[in-house]
Amino acid sequence: MVATIVALPLVLPPTVLGFYILVALGPQALGGWFGPWFGMRTFAFSFEALVVGSVISSLPFMVQPIRNSFEAMGRRPLEVAATLRASPWDRFVTVALPLAIPGLLTGAVLGFAHTVGEFGVILMIGGNIPGETKVLSIAIYDFVETLRWREAHILSAGMLAFSFVVILAVSLLARRSGRRAF
Amino acid sequence: MADRIEIALKGDLGAFHLDVDLAVPMHGITALFGPSGCGKTSILRSVAGLNRMPGRIAVGSEIWQDDRHFVPTHKRSLGYVFQEASLFAHLSVRQNLTYGERRARADEKHVRFDDIVNLLGIAHLVDRSPANLSGGERQRVSIGRALLSQPRLLLMDEPLSALDRMAKDEILPYFEALHANLRIPILFVTHDIGEVERLADHLVLLREGRLVGSGPLNEVLSAPHSPLSARRDFAAVLPARVKRHDPDSIAVLDIVGRELLVVAKDMKAGETVRVRIAASDVSIAKSRPDATSMLNVLPARIIGIDALDDAEASIRLDIGVDLEAPIRARITRRSLEALSLSEGQDVFAQIKSVSLAASR
Repeated sequence: MVATIVALPLVLPPTVLGFYILVALGPQALGGWFGPWFGMRTFAFSFEALVVGSVISSLPFMVQPIRNSFEAMGRRPLEVAATLRASPWDRFVTVALPLAIPGLLTGAVLGFAHTVGEFGVILMIGGNIPGETKVLSIAIYDFVETLRWREAHILSAGMLAFSFVVILAVSLLARRSGRRAF
Repeated sequence: MADRIEIALKGDLGAFHLDVDLAVPMHGITALFGPSGCGKTSILRSVAGLNRMPGRIAVGSEIWQDDRHFVPTHKRSLGYVFQEASLFAHLSVRQNLTYGERRARADEKHVRFDDIVNLLGIAHLVDRSPANLSGGERQRVSIGRALLSQPRLLLMDEPLSALDRMAKDEILPYFEALHANLRIPILFVTHDIGEVERLADHLVLLREGRLVGSGPLNEVLSAPHSPLSARRDFAAVLPARVKRHDPDSIAVLDIVGRELLVVAKDMKAGETVRVRIAASDVSIAKSRPDATSMLNVLPARIIGIDALDDAEASIRLDIGVDLEAPIRARITRRSLEALSLSEGQDVFAQIKSVSLAASR
């Protein structure tokens, strides 16, 4: 049940997801109830809303690899640790977490990459307000729409280089910890 | 009882019902033996608290499980060796070895790191990663890791069955060294009768979740109606003491009053060993053969004749040793009739070869 809800953003069109989050954060719902605590009328069209939306839409991309690595490990390492006098919390910290490092890294990369590249959800919730909710991917879209190719080129190339470096760095890290794991 | 391990368990185990009530001594190696799926691993896992099945488990004066209590695994003073070594891949061999040791209470420490790595021959491996070890080396490390957690009881679940022949031969002497040097009782699950004959002091026989027999090894092995004694490949396992070792590599053994000669290279007088006499290596003569190449010809009395199949029979022989355990001779039914052998008859047992199973 929880897994199904978490996985929902994988199949839902980003605009649909964004629409529901927008409604949920708006003045008639959560935003209206909790907004005044932070001195706001609504959460919609704010940076905070973008964070909430990104977490929800990117969560499955992080959760899946992490879950897989815990499942692949099986119960045996934890049983061994239990017979070696490790309490449940001790077992989790000293055995399960270290063995899951490759999955945690993959999850972090996928989650990050997906968040940087998110477009539909962000546009729906954020509304493209300069200085507040304007993000890179939407900025590129704006530049292309107004035929400012040079700026679009600069931003796109920057994104390309940045993504390449991040993924390279993480896969090197994963390989290093992977070598110790096998 | 303070000096026993008591295990009483009842519960469903897939295809059959497990119902055992047994007590084994708090010393030596006890083998839980039976065909695959007879419940022996479930018993071991229940003793460790990895499975939860209704019943009672007491080790000495400590109660690990009864109607009201269930001590979780990490609070039971035990070591567990799994079928696969299951070393922690993210830790070095040394960190694996000390994982349990660091978590043991100071007042419980009776096994020292240096002693264990020397005993198991893994001192040169401690700074390596588990990935660079052979199968036999890994299993030795996992045994060391279990022992260093300072257990009162060591549980082993078919620790040799995942190893190939060579790795097995490499690791068996270390088991014998453990047995000779440590006072920790071992419960050992296996379906290999060879391992039982070589290592066990006590034997618990199981079949389909039920206890078939339990007691000292040679008694259970040779009990007249035990499923083990009527096998074609039966072998008697007897304790012996070395009387002397002659220069021509023949050792004279004393088996509770009877002399037996074996070929052996290094042996010292006074050493205790166990000998294995296979039924197929024993033949019967009605009169003492005067010219024979057999080294061991012992006067014996036939105490029972069990049919094995249409062609062969297994003869129980009392060779005058003061033990419950007789040796057996496997002969053809044709010879049985030709010699007209019957119960109570005095004959001569010719023992073609005697193998030494382990030094104790």
